[in-house]
Amino acid sequence: MTKLRFTEQPLSEWMRSGGKESEIVISSRVRIARNLQNQPFPMLATNQQSEEVLNQLQSVLEDEQMEQFGQLSPILLAELDELDKKVLVEKHLISPNLAGESRSGAVFISDDESLSIMVNEEDHLRIQCLYPGLQIEEAWEKATSVDDIFEAHVDYAFDDNRGFLTSCPTNVGTGLRASVMMHLPALVLTQQINRILSAVSQVGLTVRGIYGEGSEATGNLFQISNQITLGQSESEIIENLYSVVMQIIEHEKSSRERLMSESRLRMTDRVMRSYGILSYAAVIDSKEAAQRLSDVRLGVDLGLIDNLSVQVLNELNVLTQPGFLQKKFQVSMSPGERDMYRAKLIREQLGK
Amino acid sequence: MLCQECGKRPATLHFTKIVNGEKTEFHICEACAREKGELIPGTSGGFSIHNLLSGLLDFGPGGQAQGNKSPEHLRCEECGLTYSQFSKIGRFGCSSCYKYFNDRLDPLFKRVHGNTMHVGKVPKRVGSHIQVKRKLDELRKELQYRIHQEEFEEAAALRDQIRELEKNISAE
Repeated sequence: MTKLRFTEQPLSEWMRSGGKESEIVISSRVRIARNLQNQPFPMLATNQQSEEVLNQLQSVLEDEQMEQFGQLSPILLAELDELDKKVLVEKHLISPNLAGESRSGAVFISDDESLSIMVNEEDHLRIQCLYPGLQIEEAWEKATSVDDIFEAHVDYAFDDNRGFLTSCPTNVGTGLRASVMMHLPALVLTQQINRILSAVSQVGLTVRGIYGEGSEATGNLFQISNQITLGQSESEIIENLYSVVMQIIEHEKSSRERLMSESRLRMTDRVMRSYGILSYAAVIDSKEAAQRLSDVRLGVDLGLIDNLSVQVLNELNVLTQPGFLQKKFQVSMSPGERDMYRAKLIREQLGK
Repeated sequence: MLCQECGKRPATLHFTKIVNGEKTEFHICEACAREKGELIPGTSGGFSIHNLLSGLLDFGPGGQAQGNKSPEHLRCEECGLTYSQFSKIGRFGCSSCYKYFNDRLDPLFKRVHGNTMHVGKVPKRVGSHIQVKRKLDELRKELQYRIHQEEFEEAAALRDQIRELEKNISAE
């Protein structure tokens, strides 16, 4: 099999630039769900129908308007091995769902990996756009223009009252899920996070772990996204999310300032201990690694550590995931061995 | 730390579930996690939004109370999915399900989204008439307002505009 470029590099091209508010906001993501009229949703589709859907959607890539998004490489999930799938999930280029149970599942990924278009996931078509930092509107602009190109070629399942029809009732209407990944160590340290997160859920937003539904928030990373897709326009959804995120940023910033003015020594100690452990540990599990990386990241943001770049830390967040570790060292590992390789890799990266 | 399920193998998966501010922690080994199939990010068969939804669907208002067609007999003629199947898996089978289950969807959407009507983007090709309809709604509201304000000249202009749009629709 040919080597898949997307699974060789840990950091997507889009992750290399910072983006707005990049000290606190890691990335912004928009996903639009669409289905074709006259085809059952993927769950009930026959193999032949799934294949038809794929062919129909893949042919849209030839529209010359698609060129503005750069080269889009179609990848069939059936042609990937399990490890490559895992790595694509860890890089957020495909969903766990697409990796796990799709038939005629495919993904079209742009060169810079900021655009990935999934076919035959839970819905026929899922257009996803990922940007670094706080660029949720930019991500929406791009996703909606890709949506327009598809709409020019295929008939979407759309209802006057219900909007875009989706397989899951939680996506109907706009089919839009906009989410922002935030690093909120100071709010966690000062124990304000639960209060803020429950306030967030009162305004139609929801908080998830970094790998979506049901996943835990590790390393003080929180994904804030809209819950409601019906009865609000796309711009309302985006603006609502944006303004809430801005408020959380303000809270995080002032908590950081307070921590630094009230307990600078203890903060420095915490950050440096974590830096020390990451630099010298021989075995480290993923949870501890995530927590230590979060401390070090905070240290970089606060200027307590100046010989490290945030980019190295972004890279480590992806590199230390189980799939990527195995990809990197080209061996299959038991969880215990993973912890050893993880520690080794972190030492190497930080020692650079 | 040992797995809290079997107490034998070391716990390699750690989860924290927060529901309405209530925190529950799980520490389990991979084998037990797979058995339980719960909450593992990235695996199928885990607890998901669909399980949660089917909970909502099962005892929604208007279930027995309305007394008309019982949900067991409701069936999508297009893909064959029954309403009770839908309420179990929490997913529609095809776009026609929305039509066949329509009577029962309002309470569900109300609970999930707080709304029942789409107000966002409309596809350009399929949806041009919707844009006209939305425009009409807007104009009618404006007309009411002008009449109320006794601004009859503006009201008359609006009325003409509405008539023009309505004529276009019926011509199509």
